[in-house]
Amino acid sequence: MKSFYGVTLANSLMLGTAQYPSPTILEQAFRQSGAAVATVSLRREGADKAGQSFWSMITDLGVHVLPNTAGCHTVKEAVTTAHMAREVFDTNWIKLEVIGNTDTLQPDVFHLVEAAKVLTNDGFEVFPYTTEDLGVAERLLSVGCEVLMPWGAPIGSGRGMNNEYALRAMRAEFPDVPLVIDAGIGLPSHAARAMELGYDAVLLNTAVARAGDPVAMARAMMGAIEAGKLAYEADPIEARDMAEASTPVIGKAFLS
Amino acid sequence: MQIMLNGVLCDTQAETLTALLVQEGFSGRVATAVNEEFVPAALRDEQSLKDGDRVEVLAPMQGG
Repeated sequence: MKSFYGVTLANSLMLGTAQYPSPTILEQAFRQSGAAVATVSLRREGADKAGQSFWSMITDLGVHVLPNTAGCHTVKEAVTTAHMAREVFDTNWIKLEVIGNTDTLQPDVFHLVEAAKVLTNDGFEVFPYTTEDLGVAERLLSVGCEVLMPWGAPIGSGRGMNNEYALRAMRAEFPDVPLVIDAGIGLPSHAARAMELGYDAVLLNTAVARAGDPVAMARAMMGAIEAGKLAYEADPIEARDMAEASTPVIGKAFLS
Repeated sequence: MQIMLNGVLCDTQAETLTALLVQEGFSGRVATAVNEEFVPAALRDEQSLKDGDRVEVLAPMQGG
């Protein structure tokens, strides 16, 4: 398995921590799925000091923590958030989101590249939330990103991979770069498909957190990811249009 | 003086960011910004506050 800035993960499930019915269900989703990475964010601390108990729970899980810059629309906002996240979470990892459209939450790729350049120069290890555009991907790599996270579909949409052709092309174009499908996954079959294409990990949140049974769905996602990864490594057959008998014809009895 | 603390108007006599955090009961893992600029923990003692400042105190939260 490829490493993410020198870190080899135990598995390929990166799981978000938002929108769960309760902290207990969130914790169980992680424990029972075994997800290797937890994405987290920074928000204003309230009088209840909820942030401290949340952090305590994440620490107890023993997972790798990937802070995000969710909701940022400008380079300055994203860079400042990243600096604050590095101090709070004590990691150079940052899931860099610079949002360009409020309806689709698609990345503003121009500012994404700009922010990625600033942050890599500041010593961050950037996980850029990007599109499937190969030109943007090349620019992100050229400014120092060592991981790419193209979207499957808009965040929270559960549509799977809208543009599988382009995502397959991205895998082929950057065979040595760790690639993560980030966002849009709705079903375990979507996650399995991403892994069958040779992606190195899947990052998802809503599909698990908003499922009727988030713990079971987290386990289902992990099972699908493991299956898809194994299938990719097993070198699957090519699809064909016509049948090809699998049972040998030689030795067949003459009975008609 | 009056400042904005996490978007809410706040009366305070705190002269530094550190003093404000103590006054408002913030502890543990928080990150701070004043007037949209990140203030590292090591610089909070020398970060003076003035009337109208906008202070953000952020903590770990759920995220995707």
